[in-house]
Amino acid sequence: MSSAVYDKVKELLVEKFGVAEEEVSREATFSDLDLDSLDLVEFALAAEEEMGVRISDEEAEQLDTLDDTVKLLEEKGAAVEGGA
Amino acid sequence: MTTDIAITGLGLVTPAGIGVDASWQGVLSGRSAAAKDPNLAGIPIDISCRVADFDGNTMLGRKAARRLDRFVQLGLVAAREAIADSGLDPETWDGARVGAVIGCGMGGAGTWEAQHTVLLEKGPERVSPLLIPMLIPNMVAGHIAIEFHANGPNLVTATACTSGTTALGVARDLLRSGACDVVISGGTEAGLTPLSIAAFGQMHALSGRVDDPAAASRPFDADRDGFVAAEAAGILILERAEHAAARGATVRARLLGYGASADAHHITAPDPDGVGVGLAITTALADADVTPADVGHINAHGTSTPLNDAAESKVIRRVFGDDAPPVTSTKGVTGHSLGAAGAIEAAFGVLTLQHGRIPPTANLDKQDPEIDLDVVHGAPRDGDVDVVMSNSFGFGGQNGVVVLAGP
Repeated sequence: MSSAVYDKVKELLVEKFGVAEEEVSREATFSDLDLDSLDLVEFALAAEEEMGVRISDEEAEQLDTLDDTVKLLEEKGAAVEGGA
Repeated sequence: MTTDIAITGLGLVTPAGIGVDASWQGVLSGRSAAAKDPNLAGIPIDISCRVADFDGNTMLGRKAARRLDRFVQLGLVAAREAIADSGLDPETWDGARVGAVIGCGMGGAGTWEAQHTVLLEKGPERVSPLLIPMLIPNMVAGHIAIEFHANGPNLVTATACTSGTTALGVARDLLRSGACDVVISGGTEAGLTPLSIAAFGQMHALSGRVDDPAAASRPFDADRDGFVAAEAAGILILERAEHAAARGATVRARLLGYGASADAHHITAPDPDGVGVGLAITTALADADVTPADVGHINAHGTSTPLNDAAESKVIRRVFGDDAPPVTSTKGVTGHSLGAAGAIEAAFGVLTLQHGRIPPTANLDKQDPEIDLDVVHGAPRDGDVDVVMSNSFGFGGQNGVVVLAGP
């Protein structure tokens, strides 16, 4: 179950956050990936930079799995270059 | 009777090499590590002594390295080597009895500058939440505590270019007072950023030999014109001698004495009369319970600035008289690593005691006639050395001196 936004999230986690590619899945939580609250804020900044959507601090606090994250980004109209 | 302090582990990440052996061989070679620095392009003084092959992503993992400024990365790699060298096992030690005291002059200057650019170009809402934990200088001791379960007293000393030596002195006090059995000590610095090097340049503290970087750091030479900035980390494991003996540890050397003082003279210029430096030296000798004649070698502060080397040599002559022991400045090879300098030079002092070799001072082609000292140059000088003194002096007028002896 792939999507342009999911692929972009995965790329960010692997390239920018140094997460091992095989650890990334839709079900994985940020805590599974050993990312803490400071990383989450960084992730929100990176998402804004790369996909042009703003995740508020309140929204970031609620994020659990990557699936939640991808859905939130898609709802907000995340734009991924080369994506559908 | 004072507590004997054993040095049971060393770790070095310096421009002369990564690891104790590589650094020591690099320093013995007498070849300067200074080179053009692409990260300083556009800055008038675009040379430095970097740890060229150091890659935090490979050595610490990309995930961990991303959250660590380079000064912490260097310090952690040196700490891993030092702890492995000591034979101590952080998995089983009583962490409450293990302290960490590390010197650092600047903290995460590179992170600070990069995030300041983000602030100006993208605004405050893009500034990284990791800026503060990456910037603050005490974080190197914090990360060492986290990685090695060291729950004892934990701090960073900031006395500019004396920071690494001050750290060894504070560590010694924690051992003498009985607060700790083991202290992970030393210094780290990674401030080779455009802003800080531009600023050192504006002070006229740096060598201007940008077209011949390998000849730029030349302590005690008549044609010296400033220091070459460096990055480095040096970690020494200090341990109560009884603690080391009880576990059958190999003792590399002993920390016999420490002396500290302030010039109380000027923010950056050394006191030409060297009163503060003399006080630090005589205090360290008295603390070590040795006479000047007992000292077999001095690893000088020897930055390669006209003022420092002249002032330091005068004080050495005053304290040691006509029989001053052979002096070297390893900064000819390594450059000046600021807050790490005292730690890496104390480590070189330990290695001199162990191997009976005094490293040469690089680039000493024509000794300044004002410097009336036996400066080792050309090749290492071999022969038993029983006691080594290592000097450090910092902007702010802070002076620190350690006296080391064989086991």
